[in-house]
Amino acid sequence: MTLGRAELMIAQDKKQEKLIMDAHEVARALTRIAHEILERNKGITDLALVGIRTGGVHLAHRFAKRIQEIEQGQVPIGELDITLYRDDLALKKDQPVLKKTNIPFNISDLKVVLVDDVLFTGRTIRAAMDGLIDLGRPAEIQLAVLVDRGHRQLPIKATYIGKNIPTSRDENVQVFLEEEGEEDRVVILNGA
Amino acid sequence: MSLKRKDLISIAPLSSDEIMFILETADSFKEVTGREIKKVPALRGKTVVNFFFEPSTRTRTSFELAAKRLSADVINFSPSSSSVVKGETLLDTARNIEAMQADIIVLRHQAAGAAETLARGVKSSVINAGDGWHEHPTQALLDLFTIREKGLAFKGLRVAIVGDIAHSRVARSNIYALTKLGAEVLAVGPPTMMPASLEKLGAQVHYNLDKALQGVDVIMMLRLQLERQGRALFPTIREYSNLYGLTAERLRLAAPGALVMHPGPINRGVEIAPDVADSFSSVILDQVSNGVAVRMGILYLLSGANQ
Amino acid sequence: MTILIQGGHVIDPGRLNDRADVLIENGKIAAVGKNLVAYARGGASSATVIDATGKLVLPGFIDLHVHLREPGFEYKETIQTGTASAAAGGFTSVCCMPNTNPVNDNQSVTEFILDQARAAGNAHVFPVGAITKGSEGKELAEIGDLRRAGCVAISDDGQPVMNSLVMRRAMEYALAFDLPVIDHCEDLHLSEGGCMNEGLVSTQLGLQGIPSAAEDVMVARNLSLAELTGARLHLAHVSTAGSVRMVREAKARGVRVTAEACPHHFSLTEESVRGFNTLAKMNPPLRTWQDVQAIKDGLRDGTIDVIATDHAPHAAQEKQLEFAQAPNGIVGLETALPLTLALVEEGVLSLEAAVAKLTSEPAKAFSLPKGSLAPGADADLVVVDAQASWEVDPARFRSKSKNTPFAGWKVKGRVTATIVAGRVVYEV
Repeated sequence: MTLGRAELMIAQDKKQEKLIMDAHEVARALTRIAHEILERNKGITDLALVGIRTGGVHLAHRFAKRIQEIEQGQVPIGELDITLYRDDLALKKDQPVLKKTNIPFNISDLKVVLVDDVLFTGRTIRAAMDGLIDLGRPAEIQLAVLVDRGHRQLPIKATYIGKNIPTSRDENVQVFLEEEGEEDRVVILNGA
Repeated sequence: MSLKRKDLISIAPLSSDEIMFILETADSFKEVTGREIKKVPALRGKTVVNFFFEPSTRTRTSFELAAKRLSADVINFSPSSSSVVKGETLLDTARNIEAMQADIIVLRHQAAGAAETLARGVKSSVINAGDGWHEHPTQALLDLFTIREKGLAFKGLRVAIVGDIAHSRVARSNIYALTKLGAEVLAVGPPTMMPASLEKLGAQVHYNLDKALQGVDVIMMLRLQLERQGRALFPTIREYSNLYGLTAERLRLAAPGALVMHPGPINRGVEIAPDVADSFSSVILDQVSNGVAVRMGILYLLSGANQ
Repeated sequence: MTILIQGGHVIDPGRLNDRADVLIENGKIAAVGKNLVAYARGGASSATVIDATGKLVLPGFIDLHVHLREPGFEYKETIQTGTASAAAGGFTSVCCMPNTNPVNDNQSVTEFILDQARAAGNAHVFPVGAITKGSEGKELAEIGDLRRAGCVAISDDGQPVMNSLVMRRAMEYALAFDLPVIDHCEDLHLSEGGCMNEGLVSTQLGLQGIPSAAEDVMVARNLSLAELTGARLHLAHVSTAGSVRMVREAKARGVRVTAEACPHHFSLTEESVRGFNTLAKMNPPLRTWQDVQAIKDGLRDGTIDVIATDHAPHAAQEKQLEFAQAPNGIVGLETALPLTLALVEEGVLSLEAAVAKLTSEPAKAFSLPKGSLAPGADADLVVVDAQASWEVDPARFRSKSKNTPFAGWKVKGRVTATIVAGRVVYEV
């Protein structure tokens, strides 16, 4: 879903980038969600964060850092590659590159917060839930996203949302993060 | 990166980048095979046909497991169970199989070139699971995967391949793969078992095992086809074993921590002493379990829609 | 019936190499010379005139080595289709090998072949009889009978005579009839299981190789036996540098030996096998670049007397088998001319020498009353446009089989008319 760096630079030349959240707003939203996670789960007991590769992984680490600051406790973090669970694999000519799933703890009976950057059609989350359940039987799966841009194709709803952004279908919502050498921000790129 | 190929017939035409990409893809499947539920839905609805003209329980089972762990449907065809009749060409039979909507055909055949011939004639992807003495690409890839998994780098790696090089598809595929990745390959065996112009493939030819083993990092022992005795390739199994069998004593000539590999099935006490096969140096069983992960990777990469 | 071939460049090796007309009357060469128009008009009012301006007029080609497959393998080729293919390639005489089913090891098979050839009428067919009964390499065939029935040489082609004593006896026995003894030189132990040349390519493809030595040791044996017996030895499809060297040396010593090379052995190397191309599978196999050079040298200095095709038709499905299982051989009659002319272009042979290797030399090797345009000779001729470029398209072959590795090749030199015994059997 996210464009590669080179593609992006070309894209930026061509397209108008509309800022939706700047670095401060991103930081505030993440802090708020961290608090909400703790409130809902009454602390960090049996809590785990699983980021969906690649954007979700960075955000999961940010949540973990904030949670540690607030609660002085460590939450286990896993990284989930949903490629093998995608529902469009059979349609693709060239198979997408796999990035390893790395969840170094047993998720059974944990309250797992799936983390992703943008919630759109819901298909990624469906794949992520399938992938997660193949690894064990969590007590609960919750979903934290930085942006919900609507246009769901599956009955999926986020538990924690940084910001709701009304978009049209052909718009392209991009989350840029420091971990990838960008300034934290959320933008809409116009045009298909 | 993606593997822009319909088929996997041989290592010879692959670039080092392609080889590394396959190994990296296999990493993901190695993780899957370590799970409690060792199955992913990536090849749901796809049909994989194991088309084995030569008995090979090991390779067939490995492919079958790999395909099943990817949620593909698997059909096993072998000449004894199918209606491969005299007069019907390999292509005819394969086209029949293809008509059953096979997405991927895994072929093991006694004739060199069978996989390539088949691949030219069918739209399905074809994976060569061994064709005569030509190539056995998935074996070489799982060997490389195992070497890499043990923390060894390919550049400058010294690998001895020992035994009947002339009649070994495993040796050929490994020589191609290892030399492409910058390893130094020493082919060791009696001159009667060396194919013509082997040096031109980038391997050094050695007839003396003790000399060749000095300082090598990996020793790949090849299976001696016992039925070759009596064809003037070697006098007796006893003499072959004396000259080219890997013993604990010989193993000490290699670099400390050297890996001992074997494509299996092993002739204990012929090409490899039982204590060596079972030693700490032996990664023979790792090869077998990595075989599934590597084959899952290859099946995944070739499972894209063929247009 | 009178035919006048006008204005062409006539090459009658050793006799004429100049612009001339050729007059044919009653199936024989009546005259070769300048301005024969008047002569023709005087002789017959109904002369057919063929304008050969800018073309070559040559004796009809003679192929010492073809497989017409009949009787027994009519699905590959028949005498009718095989001789039609010959005519299209400019060959007016072909010598067909005895490895039919039944083997041509007796008079009745020979007579059958000659009857079929007469009925087809496309080219003269000179049968080659078997050396041993059933070509089994054990007992001599009735060579005297074969000779009387019309065989012009003996061979167990495809089945080399492995037993040196049998070969010795065959050579001795053939002396009585002055028949050439042909051997397909291959040591079957050395070549066992092999399906291509032994070397780098066979190593890469994992195919069992046939070493050059498999041919060389038999060439050496046969030369020794020819020297011992004084027999006429003809070596079929020489493919190795070693063979060429030994034949050259034997000829210098006065051994009665002639040798043939096939167009594929001087046009292709083992590299053509890559991709498991069964159309590049033949026996002897395609060899290395060095062997190709040696064959060209042998052709140049006369060590190799004859260019023969080893025309070996096989059905498409047979060549679709796995490489090791596919049968050996390719069709060659319709591509021999341009591949030979390529040697002229390359400077290996003069045009006259190239023509000789397709005409007078093969005639001499088997003592055939052919290959010349001398007055009174059978009017077997071919008219060739040496400059015409064309692309090899197997679909257009007259042969029943299309197994050629030359498909798609852009070649130069094509037959525009073939005349057998004064009758036009092929014309573009």
